[in-house]
Amino acid sequence: MFDIIAPLFLEIHKTTGLNFVTFYDPYEYGRFISGAGKSLQLMLYTLCLSLIIGVLGAQAQTSKSKMLRGGVEIYVQAFRNTPVMIQLLFFYFAIGGIGPVIDAGGYYEPLIPAFGWAVIAIGLFGGAYNVEIFRSGIEAVPASTTQAAKSLGMNKWQVFSRITLPLAFRVSFPSLGTNLISLAKTTSFAYVIAVPEVTYMLNQIWADNVNVPEMIFLLFLFYFTVITALSIFLNWLESRITIPGVGK
Amino acid sequence: MSVTLFKNKENSPLTFVKAIFERKKWLLLFIVASLVTFYAVFMIYGLNKNLEVLIAWAPFVFKGFLLNLSMSFFSMIIATILGLLLGLALISKTRAITLPSRAVMNIFRNSPWLVVLFITMYLFPFEVHIFGERYAIPGWWKATIAFSLPVMANLGEIFRGAVLSIPKSQWESADSLGFNHLQTMRYIIIPQCVKRALPSWMNWYALLTLATPMASILGVQESVSNTRAAVESAGAGPDLLFPFYLFLLALFFIYIYPIALLTRAIERNYSFKNQ
Repeated sequence: MFDIIAPLFLEIHKTTGLNFVTFYDPYEYGRFISGAGKSLQLMLYTLCLSLIIGVLGAQAQTSKSKMLRGGVEIYVQAFRNTPVMIQLLFFYFAIGGIGPVIDAGGYYEPLIPAFGWAVIAIGLFGGAYNVEIFRSGIEAVPASTTQAAKSLGMNKWQVFSRITLPLAFRVSFPSLGTNLISLAKTTSFAYVIAVPEVTYMLNQIWADNVNVPEMIFLLFLFYFTVITALSIFLNWLESRITIPGVGK
Repeated sequence: MSVTLFKNKENSPLTFVKAIFERKKWLLLFIVASLVTFYAVFMIYGLNKNLEVLIAWAPFVFKGFLLNLSMSFFSMIIATILGLLLGLALISKTRAITLPSRAVMNIFRNSPWLVVLFITMYLFPFEVHIFGERYAIPGWWKATIAFSLPVMANLGEIFRGAVLSIPKSQWESADSLGFNHLQTMRYIIIPQCVKRALPSWMNWYALLTLATPMASILGVQESVSNTRAAVESAGAGPDLLFPFYLFLLALFFIYIYPIALLTRAIERNYSFKNQ
């Protein structure tokens, strides 16, 4: 791939002066690809974690225990009403700083690296939104449906996992999709704790090569492509899983 | 033009304030929880002097926080004006206007805030020449413009949706009552749109305010930069970072949470009236 595009971009650089160094210099190409890979990885893990938190939190909010519901409510409000960037800084520097370290042969490394803290912090942030989204989905499931399931002899967990959740998931899917897309964009904040994802890598590259406009354009193009692909995928999924008569 | 949000007595602002006091228990719980965590950390490190350091530097951090707030105000004003124009362009009947405005909307809605911030910070001029005079543009002004762009795109979409959500029959009845286009807009459509778009507008204001700490990445002296400077001059250490960042989170929470509650109250007020 690199061998095919390299001469073309070198030619562009020579004739027009547009310095897309990431596409003709093998070292910078490697940096860009590793950053892009890290970003995609970060998005995948973050989205998965936020979905798990969303489902668990929404189920916890249906429980009878007032403590549990209050705890989830505090979590949701605390994460929704504070800046995600400071949350990242707080997790990585304040909590990670006093956390355990491991001996990495001569120097000490924190047990959870920056990437791990980024997944945790952004996942918790997105999860707080997902809890609310799933809860409204669960509320939309008619009581008669769950009563019917109970009368068929299902226990509480079976009712939740087989009846409530599949229906709630479909009802809340449109707003869930919007949140997942905005969460994928939020992963660029991992830049502030020096996770080597695409924003950080391209920042390094434009600092080394003094080609800010080209690299910012590339950064924009990367996110635009990923976000567009994600929204197309989510729209496709939405059209696949809709049950006629449920939701709309 | 006055828009009444709270028509009947049950939904008056006073009731809302009362409701906040009732719902304030979460806020109180959060503050208590923060204080307990503070205390635990101080006990772990046996460093009560951290609290003294925080109190000594709190005004400096708060000064930075005021810059965050002013950035959010100015940015919201710019975003609202541009968003209204974009919304009008989006509902225009001329394709030559709709297509480019839709492109602008999609570009700014689909790129992360950080990318927009980089674009404005690096690619906008750092000074302007007007009549031979040089005026430097301060970083926080550029950041303000950067924050207003994604919000503009989203508000444009919201305004478009609000205008389109008004039933066609309203236009027709206004027409039959002898209103011209401008009068219909002014007396019938816009008052209803304001009510419909207000919760989303407030929600976007909250999101915008929560995005302003990003300006610290590019050296604007706001709350996060000031916190870092304070921590460093007080002898950096994770035991200091913990209370400082928690203080910063609490500052934003205390400002944003009431806005979120008010947004929800207005939303509910509106949805009840429509049933």
